Amino acid sequence: MSAEWPLWEVFIRSQHGLAHKHVGSLHAPDAEMAVRNARDVYTRRNEGISIWVARSSDIHASSPGDRAALFEPSNDKVYRHPTFFPMPEEVKHI
Amino acid sequence: MRFDYLLRLADNGLVLAQRLGEWVGRAPVLEEDIASTNVGLDLLGQARLWLAYACEIETGDASPVRTEDRLAYFRDAGEFRNLLLVEQPNGNYADTIARQYLFDQWHVLLLAALTASCDARIAAIAAKAVKEARYHVERSADWVIRLGDGTAESHARMQDAMDALWMYTGEMFAVDATERALVDTGIAADAQALQAPWIEAVRAVFAEATLAVPRDDWMQGAHARGGKQGRHTEHLSRLLAEMQILPRSYPDAIW
Repeated sequence: MSAEWPLWEVFIRSQHGLAHKHVGSLHAPDAEMAVRNARDVYTRRNEGISIWVARSSDIHASSPGDRAALFEPSNDKVYRHPTFFPMPEEVKHI
Repeated sequence: MRFDYLLRLADNGLVLAQRLGEWVGRAPVLEEDIASTNVGLDLLGQARLWLAYACEIETGDASPVRTEDRLAYFRDAGEFRNLLLVEQPNGNYADTIARQYLFDQWHVLLLAALTASCDARIAAIAAKAVKEARYHVERSADWVIRLGDGTAESHARMQDAMDALWMYTGEMFAVDATERALVDTGIAADAQALQAPWIEAVRAVFAEATLAVPRDDWMQGAHARGGKQGRHTEHLSRLLAEMQILPRSYPDAIW
């Protein structure tokens, strides 16, 4: 039965988190039940205050083989990193 | 009398949690396995709260007379006060869902009514438990609709399950002398008053699920001769045998 149900990716926003984080995946016949299952599978210990689910098949990923072409060029460009500015104490979550 | 009423509240959760526990590792899909176990654990947690209170108010020579574990593991079937509905076997998954929905829909109404109990402890436990029950009924109603309005086979199984279990629902609304006295003093909820909202909610779910509401031909446990009075079906003693074997064989065993 499980094999007939599509796979869903689950994103949970934690109590103090600002963004939803990917926590895992599960099977469900539709979005409504995917949210419900996510609640039971991934928030049993009070982990979250908000749940997103997305069909795994709707997620388009970069290819591991393209890693060098995509990410290496930024390594030697230090000026792209904001390390030259003093950061005020009050600014959080950066 | 209040002790007896607390056992009624506790034993429903205790027995149904044990039934749901029987699915662990064997539910149709992993996600359902976890979800139904969650519901079972919610109910077990509620049962513990009711039992703990029952222990405190039980009167006798010793103090406390019996502990929570003593009440859970050392009473025989005839001393249990749960509804006949919750002790019915798991059957196929439609049977389990039907039992769960018929109970949840009643349970959520009962707990909501009990939040107005003049016994502050009962009101507080009910207020905590009703939040869990709201999720339970949402979930089980959803499954009734999915299976009822699903394939020809799932529809037939869901209808068979409801037809078979319907006769155990009468007991949920039967008020015997014990309950009547507590209702009159504002401690218990008037179960009779829950029937109209229950049947209205059930009709709406059945309509969406394309299921026929069974006829009230014969109601088990009405007329004060059912689970609430300790008269159970044969299934309860077998359930208890499994649930109680460890503490009865090794009385002081701990983890």
